[in-house]
Amino acid sequence: MAFGPYLLLATLEGLVTAAVLALMALGLSLVFGVMRVVNVAHGEFYMLGAVLAWWFASLVSGHPAIGFLLALILSPLVVAAVAFIAERLVLSRLNYEPEATIVATIGLLYILQQLALTFYGPEARPVQAPFDMRISLPWFGYSAYKLAVIAASALMMLATWVLLTRTKIGLVMRATQFDRETAQAFGIPVDRVYAGVFALGAALAAVAAVLIVPIQQAHYLMGLDPLLLSFIVVIIGGLGSLRGTVVAAILIGLSDGIISMFFSPTLAKMLATLLVALVLVFRPQGLFGTVAR
Amino acid sequence: MRDARSLWLHAAVILLLFALNFLLPEYHRGIFSRVMVLAVFAMGYNLAFGYTGLLSLGHAMFFAAGLYGTGLTIYHLGWSVWPALGAGLLAGTLLALVIGFLALRTTGVAFMIVTLMFAQVFYLTTLYFTTYTRGEEGLVLPQAMRTLALPGASFSLTDPTTRYMAALALLTIALGLTLFLVRSPYGRALIAIRENEERMRMLGYDVFANKLGSVVISGLICAAAGAAYAVLFGYVGSGFASIQYSILPLLWVLLGGAATTLGPFVGTLFMFYIIDTASDYTTAYLLVVGLALILLILYFPKGIAGTVRERWLPWLP
Repeated sequence: MAFGPYLLLATLEGLVTAAVLALMALGLSLVFGVMRVVNVAHGEFYMLGAVLAWWFASLVSGHPAIGFLLALILSPLVVAAVAFIAERLVLSRLNYEPEATIVATIGLLYILQQLALTFYGPEARPVQAPFDMRISLPWFGYSAYKLAVIAASALMMLATWVLLTRTKIGLVMRATQFDRETAQAFGIPVDRVYAGVFALGAALAAVAAVLIVPIQQAHYLMGLDPLLLSFIVVIIGGLGSLRGTVVAAILIGLSDGIISMFFSPTLAKMLATLLVALVLVFRPQGLFGTVAR
Repeated sequence: MRDARSLWLHAAVILLLFALNFLLPEYHRGIFSRVMVLAVFAMGYNLAFGYTGLLSLGHAMFFAAGLYGTGLTIYHLGWSVWPALGAGLLAGTLLALVIGFLALRTTGVAFMIVTLMFAQVFYLTTLYFTTYTRGEEGLVLPQAMRTLALPGASFSLTDPTTRYMAALALLTIALGLTLFLVRSPYGRALIAIRENEERMRMLGYDVFANKLGSVVISGLICAAAGAAYAVLFGYVGSGFASIQYSILPLLWVLLGGAATTLGPFVGTLFMFYIIDTASDYTTAYLLVVGLALILLILYFPKGIAGTVRERWLPWLP
């Protein structure tokens, strides 16, 4: 294959990574933005979404699309419920103190990981894609499902944006983010908003996971890499800035796809992580963020 | 009076551990040797986290720097134990200096994420140079090379008694160093920075330099634990650089009691036996770790030694 088509393939693969990453990072960013909580268990919500997707899909027989759609609806709901319970039982009792919540979410990470290992097992299992079609380009054929993932992710992000900027719920969330105490004084149930945001963030990660399982298999350790990548995205984009998050996800996803196609993936990850750590050191507000209030 | 009491207490703990060498059955003696080395790791972590208030999520890299600094020089260059230990200590200290210099420009959440990421880079580096480190599989140091030469005699560190005594010696040094540090004016300055950084700055302290010192000493102690682990147990692998080994010292310190000198050892010992007992009933030991973390932070944030200090022994350092 010549260099041009090769680059095109790398770009497409990068865009798929970016689409999934953006959804996941959006969830992380939302939780950090509104609650000021760094959710280390975010990767495990992603893993849980994928594992549940496999389970729901295996419950029904017939056309693979039925199982996939069932998973796409139910898996994020279950994950959101788990996150909601965790928030009410643990995080709210810690008063959202940054250090305590990090320790608690690390605990949650281990619990979810172990439960997945115990009940789901160490195997990696795929979910069948809802449709099996290849779009033939002049140089290579490309899976139509992967293009659908990009579209679905864009749609989800648009929906989140509409929710945040055009609805009452979004207004309440933004008010809470801007000033927790004033919001409370104006009668906004800050507690419920926090629990809702935490559940919404987890659900976004689960949606990302359901979209990816037909491409990548579900495995109990699959949460760590996306977690680190979403940290990177959220930091580069500026902690709490949603627009920055999306731009950064595309940037990181594309460069990850392209770099790991031409160089060793470990080296790519090493350099990317180092670069981001240095960005955070020298420009703590991220590339697009504003200085924290 | 105050000083004497805490000195006696620490001396008694060391003596008790010395006596346990002759009393414990073989299996538990092995566990104690391992716990003492890892407790030194926790003590190093405690200096940064407990006393200075720096919640780092990347201390595995300092432990692993000591581990690899010692292990690689023995395995590939054929160095004897003493210079190899020196190489491990030097590697950890230099790394702590560089990382501290960079990471301390950030505070709070950013500090945690930055340290997490630097540690991840270190971990990936050990995987990338897999020709030398053999990655996750790791290196096993040949028994013949793990001999400690002292004037007049040489000891094989593979012998259980020597290993126990070497671990105890390391623990004694680390405990003494921590005790000395936290009672010195420097240690008090670190605690004051933890409590109110702005005020310390206003009083004219160089907060950055003090914190950097704390990270470097903390890194040095962690590297010492790593270097000792390499020669005492003869195994050097990437697993020790993974995120899990950054979390474990946090868990041990929280369980034992942050900002107490004996807490890290108590916490490490307890956690080892909790997992040891739990693994008789279930293989799900991560579940125990996770639940322990959540329950500790919810109901018992001061840990064992911290609670003892609060309720009964206010003079406990």
